[in-house]
Amino acid sequence: MPVLELRNVSKSFGGIAAVREVSLSIEQGAILGLIGPNGAGKTTLFNLVTGIYTPDSGEILFGGRDLATLRPHEITDSGLARTFQNIRLFGQMTVLENVMIGRHCRTKAGVLGAILGIPGVRKEEAETRKRCLELLDFVGLDVDPDEKASNLSYGQQRQLEIARALATDPELLLLDEPAAGMNPQETNETTELIRRIRDAGKTILLIEHDMKMVMGMADRVAVLDHGVKIAEGTPEEVQRDPAVIRAYLGDEANVVA
Amino acid sequence: MMISPYYYQLLVIASINVIMALSLNLVTGCAGQLSLGHAAFMGIGAYTAGILTSVYGLSFAVALIAGGAMAALFGLLVGLPTLRLKGDYLAIATLGFGEIIRVSILNMKVTGGPFGLRGISKQTNLTIAAIAAVLVYWTMTRLMNSRFGRALTAIREDEVAAVAMGIDVTRHKVLAFVISAAWAGIAGGLFAHWFRYLHPSSFAFSASVEILSMVVLGGMGSLEGPVIGAAVLTYAPELLRGVSDFVSQHRMMFYGALLVVMMLVRPQGLVGTGLNGLRVSKFRRSRGLEQSGIDMVRRRFASAMKRAQRKGSPSPCVVNEQLADLAVRSGAGSSGTGVAGGGGEEHAGS
Repeated sequence: MPVLELRNVSKSFGGIAAVREVSLSIEQGAILGLIGPNGAGKTTLFNLVTGIYTPDSGEILFGGRDLATLRPHEITDSGLARTFQNIRLFGQMTVLENVMIGRHCRTKAGVLGAILGIPGVRKEEAETRKRCLELLDFVGLDVDPDEKASNLSYGQQRQLEIARALATDPELLLLDEPAAGMNPQETNETTELIRRIRDAGKTILLIEHDMKMVMGMADRVAVLDHGVKIAEGTPEEVQRDPAVIRAYLGDEANVVA
Repeated sequence: MMISPYYYQLLVIASINVIMALSLNLVTGCAGQLSLGHAAFMGIGAYTAGILTSVYGLSFAVALIAGGAMAALFGLLVGLPTLRLKGDYLAIATLGFGEIIRVSILNMKVTGGPFGLRGISKQTNLTIAAIAAVLVYWTMTRLMNSRFGRALTAIREDEVAAVAMGIDVTRHKVLAFVISAAWAGIAGGLFAHWFRYLHPSSFAFSASVEILSMVVLGGMGSLEGPVIGAAVLTYAPELLRGVSDFVSQHRMMFYGALLVVMMLVRPQGLVGTGLNGLRVSKFRRSRGLEQSGIDMVRRRFASAMKRAQRKGSPSPCVVNEQLADLAVRSGAGSSGTGVAGGGGEEHAGS
């Protein structure tokens, strides 16, 4: 059974169909690359899966469960985490606190427990701290954990977002352009990190503009154009697909051979 | 105790204001939700506690807790629908709620309506008020450094990301609102049993704004900020009273002007570090309102270096002259020259 399955999902904003009748599925432990020109509907698709938008029609099944029945924060709870294309960290909070927020849905200390400082809460807090420091280590973020998140460099902020998403113990990780704005060395490190996350048993859905990165890493690639899925297959198949070439380069008639 | 009744009363009021400011800070400072009806919760607690002791003869302690509980209940009722609103809309909704409460109290029989509620016994003293204030401070410290407090801060920083991290935003906002209302209700009970007389006008919109001013003036989001803000704004009008006859007569005008000046000079509050949405440092920098002389020297040094490099490569001595000039003008004195000297060497080395 696939981890995530989209069945004929559509979403319009006013008169514009951002996503039209898209069907997709990802198998356990795979990396699915989602590519397409700007405005193709990739991020809209992410927002549909994570519950920020609700689909106009179609179904999104995660582990066989219809996501439409869950509220957005419950979707994260059910094992799905994401990063954002335009980094959305909690800027005034420390690096460590940002990751600890990711543990929120896996911990349960309540208000009264916190006020009274009962031993169970303290223990949970200490474990969370330890776990989050390990995660910072895992993503290779070598900064002071007490540094404000907004003070990190761009590449470091992207790494921190991944650590924060991993802290929710996701089964499926959605990465929205994790290498955007990175230099080649940082891109390589990110590729390496994504492979390590997959090797740790996670399934990954990846939006990325860096073709070399996607083609080198994804098991399968799906291509969106104007909200429609125009191709899906192995990286080799997709690269040869005439519809994909047309979407990226324009009509063949315009190409001077 | 050996303090005059005047100062004793000021300290009691300050303690009550500290509770109000700290409780509002949980909602507005920590969770970033602007509430303009906080005084209404105080009013609910004050009237509930006052009626329970004066009419029903219950003990002060029970009445205080009941006042807090009643305010918390209203917090829940108001919070559930309104906290789904954002920013300005929430502010307007809470403002409306505050007015509804005030007008309701004004038109009820049990509250004494426009005549006010009389005959409440004097049970609040400085010890009780101060203990309550310390208790609130302690609670807030614990909350801020907990899973709950972190979630509230995350909601303030970025609500979309907070949801994506699995935080039930509405639940956390409502919970913060309820806790905040409960403390405001207890502050109201203390208020009622200190002044022994209640009138709806004490809990009007202007009172809510005054509490908000304490939080903003002291520094939103921190714990020391609201305490200092409450202390300063309780004492400031009294202090102005003693300056001169003219100032005393127009003291509320000076008080207002003081607030305006404070927000221009130090918008992040007395002890605040500056939060999202309140960060105006760029504006301030463009107006030449630098934090300190040393900062100004450093910044001007950087721009002087850039200008110099663009012109070609001036001798270090020229740069040093410019810097010395800047240091003198900025009034930073010897420390400014020190920075300039260090910079000059750096330039010479490159």
